[in-house]
Amino acid sequence: MNKSSMLDYIWLVPALPLFGAALLLLFGKRIGEPIAGWIATALMFGSFVVSIFMFGALRGLPSGEHAHTVKLFDWFASGGFKVSMGFLADPLSVTWILFVTGIATLIHLYSIGYMHGDARFSRFFAYLNLFVASMLILVLGSNFLVTFLGWEGVGLCSYLLISFWFERNSAAVAGKKAFVTTRVGDFGFMIAMFLLFASLGTLDYAAVGEKIGGISSGTITAIALLLFLGAIGKSAQIPLHFWLPDAMEGPTPVSALIHAATMVTAGIFIVARAHPIFEASQAAQDVVMWVGAITALLAATVALVQTDIKRVLAYSTVSQLGYMFLALGVGAYTAAIGLVVAHAFFKAALFLGSGSVIHGLDENQDIRTMGRLRKYMPLTGFGFIVAWLAIAGLPPFAGFWAKDEVLAKAFFHGDYAVWLIGVVAAILTAFYMTRETFLVWFGNERFAAVSAETEVDGEVAHSEIHADSHAESHETGMISTESPTVAYGTAPAPARLNHAPHEAPATMTIPVLILAALAAIGGFIILPFKGFEYLTQFLEPVFETVKPIEAPSFAAGFALSTLAVVIAVTGVLIGRGMYRKGLEDPADDPINRRLGSLGRVFGNAYYFDAVLARCVDGPIRRFAEWIANTVDQGIIDGAVNGVASGVASISSGVRRAQGGVVRQYALVVFAGAAALLIFALVRS
Amino acid sequence: MVTLVLFIAFAIIALVGALGVVISRNPVHSALWLVATLLSMAGFFILEGAYLVSAVQVIVYASAIVVLFLFVIMLLGVDREESLTDPLKVQRPVALMLGLVVFALLIGLMGNHWATGAQSATAALESGDGGNVERVAREIFTTYLWPFELTSALLVVAVVGGVALARRSRRAEAASEVAQ
Amino acid sequence: MIVTPTWYLVLAAALFSIGAVGMLVRRNVIVMFMCVELMLNAVNLTFVTFSKTLNDLSGQVAVFFVLVVAAAEVAIGLALIVAIFRRRHTGTTADDISELRG
Repeated sequence: MNKSSMLDYIWLVPALPLFGAALLLLFGKRIGEPIAGWIATALMFGSFVVSIFMFGALRGLPSGEHAHTVKLFDWFASGGFKVSMGFLADPLSVTWILFVTGIATLIHLYSIGYMHGDARFSRFFAYLNLFVASMLILVLGSNFLVTFLGWEGVGLCSYLLISFWFERNSAAVAGKKAFVTTRVGDFGFMIAMFLLFASLGTLDYAAVGEKIGGISSGTITAIALLLFLGAIGKSAQIPLHFWLPDAMEGPTPVSALIHAATMVTAGIFIVARAHPIFEASQAAQDVVMWVGAITALLAATVALVQTDIKRVLAYSTVSQLGYMFLALGVGAYTAAIGLVVAHAFFKAALFLGSGSVIHGLDENQDIRTMGRLRKYMPLTGFGFIVAWLAIAGLPPFAGFWAKDEVLAKAFFHGDYAVWLIGVVAAILTAFYMTRETFLVWFGNERFAAVSAETEVDGEVAHSEIHADSHAESHETGMISTESPTVAYGTAPAPARLNHAPHEAPATMTIPVLILAALAAIGGFIILPFKGFEYLTQFLEPVFETVKPIEAPSFAAGFALSTLAVVIAVTGVLIGRGMYRKGLEDPADDPINRRLGSLGRVFGNAYYFDAVLARCVDGPIRRFAEWIANTVDQGIIDGAVNGVASGVASISSGVRRAQGGVVRQYALVVFAGAAALLIFALVRS
Repeated sequence: MVTLVLFIAFAIIALVGALGVVISRNPVHSALWLVATLLSMAGFFILEGAYLVSAVQVIVYASAIVVLFLFVIMLLGVDREESLTDPLKVQRPVALMLGLVVFALLIGLMGNHWATGAQSATAALESGDGGNVERVAREIFTTYLWPFELTSALLVVAVVGGVALARRSRRAEAASEVAQ
Repeated sequence: MIVTPTWYLVLAAALFSIGAVGMLVRRNVIVMFMCVELMLNAVNLTFVTFSKTLNDLSGQVAVFFVLVVAAAEVAIGLALIVAIFRRRHTGTTADDISELRG
């Protein structure tokens, strides 16, 4: 088969999971528990296989071509506004679909074990499939509008999946929070599209790339910043980052999917896809870079003191995404994408591993009451530890190469301040991941039912900090006692496990191990040596207009890499020093002593949520109430009610014609027939 | 001459039958008058050379459909006589007047050219080989094959619908028993 | 005197009008149904008459289709009547079945 005609089948990639979603939504109940999961997984795997074929087909294109647009049909055409439903197969989108479908397949497989026994088992897989399908549409769209379709689909599915256990108030609230927050970004995306169309008359990526030079630099900057607003909404960057940690309320596979494959990488993708716009505006690039750098640092500091196994990972994702935006901002697109791929591998492994831990410990998520679990869950532990080494940035794992590449590009681009921030964040990353790993897998066992003595201690600490958390919950109105996630400041709940933790079933351990293996070796596609830069070479055609950042000499690059190793090892060693023995008392975390009052600031995520809640609760709520009571009730409802009562008075007269007596109707019909005959007679 | 006599005879039967359907107070009588009209229709069809249509008229209309009517009347026991006064006061005079107006209009329209279609070259009534039955059959199974097949679907739908409507569901039965 | 097509058409018009008036004045649903059949037959007669006048078989074919529709209509209509009669034991004239009103 001809290579480019093979690319015509790229629509199969999103179509397969979309079909799965429709099938499971319609017949899920009838299909029943294990089979629904296997169907969803099989379709996802099919999509992955198709993606591999697409990759092969793209490699086989003649050297001049490197992109293939598949136009399925005209979506709508009205006047000069013409949008086609089309897919764009180029190295960028194919890279994305490869890791999205691959990781999604593993997460689906994992979910079969994780969701075992859930009442809405098949519904869960329908949503998962829809989630991935939306992400694939987002990535494959050949114009902004198709991407926006997937963009909104991803938002919807994240809402459905985060609040999947909607019986729990905290889950329902977290889903709403994610949806509303990302909506703020979506408006930016939409206005950017309006501006683009108004100034260029097209939304096609190819056409936009060609014509972008023709418009004024102010407009370009506005478009770029609005697009970036959409990106930070989806990718959880400051100031729209606060939904992601709460998204932990969803089932753990959903967290893994959101953090690794779908959703949060959408923001990275859209900036990479729209890079001609960003390249044309230095101001916008600087904003991207600084937002990324600040987010990377602040999120890393918050992650230092979190006590929930998934919250540490959530802030870590925010921080890593900050790195990616940092790289995008300095123009190192391939470095950013390399980090996206590497991050997808190790973060998926970490999340799935922590899901197994939570599963094995009867829904305990507090790392202060874990410890030495590698003895009980050796396979999961092995996968988690490999992923930890990867994210901490130790060679030769994927995280090292990816992060080193980003920092080196920032350094050689001349942004030394940003580079320094990145280095500090890297030490913090190595430290907090070491903390989590040692607290969970090494040290002393703290999960068994506690003795009376520690319980008393815990009680004291509890009452002390309780006032604090109570005040916060009053301010935000969002923290529910039912929530399984452990917010900073609450004392550890007394351990209550009566049996030894158990290893997860094979459907759950295999994905973790595969992902860990990928996290270990995945870095070899982005080696910074000439001739080994596979990803860079593959992506080069997409970014051919971007000026590459080169290291001035091999020695300089080598020095930076060595520095990166030193940084990572430092962070790991500090963490190991503090947590090697675990915690003697679960309520007394040494990091809190070291940080002092700073710990409280970090732990409460710089009081961002509290301040936001106060703003929304005060003036914004009053304004909304004014609108609701005065404008809506008086003016809008008044008009609506007036129209309605007018119609009602007319219709009460007309309804007499509808007497319900068939013979009267027949009489009228017959009279109508007579009238028609009269008409015929008169006309002829 | 024979044609004239036959026409007048059939016409009288048809009109009397039609009036009988409308006037009889007992539905069974109405049904019997209907048979008279339908049979005389078959006679008209023979006079006009439409032999197949005539046969179908007798078999389907005069027997099958009328039997169905009688069957339902007997099944439901609705052969009660209707009262002579109409509760809707204007209905009867208006209906009669409208009927006369429509009749007059139809007659009036007959004088015009409203019924001038071009004469058919393909499916002529008189020429061609075979009798009337054969020619009608050929026409149905060539020119009108698709609509003909669709009518079979229509009939199937009607049969299924009839069964579904008339079937007494268990639940409804239980409910009516409770009500009683 | 020769029987011309006009005679048939006048007769058909008369039958149609009688059927229509009957449909309007009778209250027994089954008799109303019979009047509809009368109207349909009047139309059939016109079809056959024009078939002869215009020397075209299509008129006779049309009668078949009218017949099929009439048969389907009778089947459904009578089934409806049976269903209605079963539900209500008193007041079964067309005027009584008037729940569908505005």
